[in-house]
Amino acid sequence: MAKLNKNFIIYLLISIAFICISPYVFEDYGMRILNNIFIFIILAVSYNLINGITGQLSLEPNGFVAIGAYVTALALLSEDMKWELFQLEDPSPWVLGLNLDLIPALLLSGVVASAVAFVLAVPVFRVRGDYLAIVTLGFGFIIKVLAINSPEVTNGSIGLNEIPSVINVYWTGGIAIVTVILILNVVYSKYGRAMKAVRDDEDAASAIGIDTFKIKTLAFITSAFFEGIGGGLLAVLLTTISPDLFTFFLTFQLLIIIVLGGLGSMSGAIIGTVLVIGGSEWLRFLDSSMNIFGYVTDAHPGLRMVVFSLVLIIVMLFAREGIMGKKEFSDIFRKKK
Amino acid sequence: MILEIKDITKSFGGVVAINDTTFHINKNEIYGLIGPNGAGKTTMFNIITGNYKPNSGKVILDGKDITNKKNYNIVKYGIARTFQNIRLFSSMSVKENILIGLQNAANYTYIESIFRLPRFFSQEKKIAKRADEIIEFLNLTEYKDELATSLSYGIQRKVEIARAIATNPKLLLLDEPAAGMNPNETHDLAQLLFQIRDKFDITILLIEHDMKFVNHLCDRVMVLDYGKTIFEGHIEDAIKDEEVIKAYLGDFKHA
Repeated sequence: MAKLNKNFIIYLLISIAFICISPYVFEDYGMRILNNIFIFIILAVSYNLINGITGQLSLEPNGFVAIGAYVTALALLSEDMKWELFQLEDPSPWVLGLNLDLIPALLLSGVVASAVAFVLAVPVFRVRGDYLAIVTLGFGFIIKVLAINSPEVTNGSIGLNEIPSVINVYWTGGIAIVTVILILNVVYSKYGRAMKAVRDDEDAASAIGIDTFKIKTLAFITSAFFEGIGGGLLAVLLTTISPDLFTFFLTFQLLIIIVLGGLGSMSGAIIGTVLVIGGSEWLRFLDSSMNIFGYVTDAHPGLRMVVFSLVLIIVMLFAREGIMGKKEFSDIFRKKK
Repeated sequence: MILEIKDITKSFGGVVAINDTTFHINKNEIYGLIGPNGAGKTTMFNIITGNYKPNSGKVILDGKDITNKKNYNIVKYGIARTFQNIRLFSSMSVKENILIGLQNAANYTYIESIFRLPRFFSQEKKIAKRADEIIEFLNLTEYKDELATSLSYGIQRKVEIARAIATNPKLLLLDEPAAGMNPNETHDLAQLLFQIRDKFDITILLIEHDMKFVNHLCDRVMVLDYGKTIFEGHIEDAIKDEEVIKAYLGDFKHA
């Protein structure tokens, strides 16, 4: 691990420098995408912990992101705002009383999400493989239905808006860096090794003294904690949230990111995020009409997604394990003896 | 006496895999479990390591009843095993595989690992040192950073044994350790097992079909057939025993 440190500090300094100068380089639109990328890095890296490192195909992040988004949104909205927003039903008293600053609000989001994860772990980790995917998929739907049908807490399908926009790139970037560091700390510890052991061979892991249920639950809770925080940041960035925002599509997007980057590689998750979130914005020019050497094409809305899917197929054909496989940046530059 | 098996019976549906078996293993003994395929040897392993619950009977390790303990807890009581078909962690290096065995020796909490508190570093250093000792003892130093599953069969066996030893067991269970090895490798393995027993103060229980290997290595053997004990005692007597010859070794006279 000492070997990793030097490279790691260099990456860290580059990232911090990048975040510091970014407001002077990019315009509003660029900054918005950058914020989005940082939030998705938080989500992808934490999702990768349960899905890539621990090898449990779970499809629940949209649920945890939704929980985080609602908790942060409710904590940041003032009492007056809540009276104004809630039109279907009066907000319940504890919703009115919930009033926090950004950092405590985000932490609360994380804690609530991981508490839900803890309760969920008991039924979820009784099953393995495909069944696990179905059970966790159901959880995402339940959260959405709950959000629609609890107007006294979530304002139902109208959602919450005018959430105070109190973040900038220093917040998103800073929290993304902290998240990556903390998750890497887990990965490079005995707990991280145990998670990988569970992924490689669950029976052998248990035969060597690993309480696999406990390890899976730890990974799940940790992942939920950061997904909750990411959800909170997303709510603040968008300033408007509604149950429709947290559909399975969000999970699907995260799944694409980590599979593209390489399941089990945190560097891969970061590259994947930049490619998927940044790339799909950059490819936007394909949707409008283009002038190719004087030949003007019609506008083809959706062409962007076609090209994007093609790129995905090509990557998966030539790099089965994703761009990074299971490696990290530091593995590539480490000299072989 | 390190391990005591008392009246163990295990059936799967209508099939009785182990029928009222009793035996014991003395400390620092190398004990062989032999018999034809399907005799219930691996089932017995799975009962001792807590993978199966017996229908009746008791497993007592060093005076403690471990019959219904979960398999990952049994490791803490001091039993480690290897598998018939080698099961190493495929994405990990040799050293990481052995570090997994030292999982319970590293004493720090999840929170301490997330925030990299001092105990994390001291404990990681401790188990890394221990792993290096085990690696050196088993002559695996040159492979320690290699991906475990990329190595030859014989080396993988050694790594699996190393991983089991890392859990600091009192009793080591080896399921066909010499399978797929040539006579030279088998001979080296036998020497290695003697060394392991002496250096780590371990008792060994093994399943094996290579009779020469068993003969060379084991102090006592038990012969199982259709879940029943047909012989227990010294190997020299086993190979002369009528019933053992009929059930397992093969009868040359009537062949």
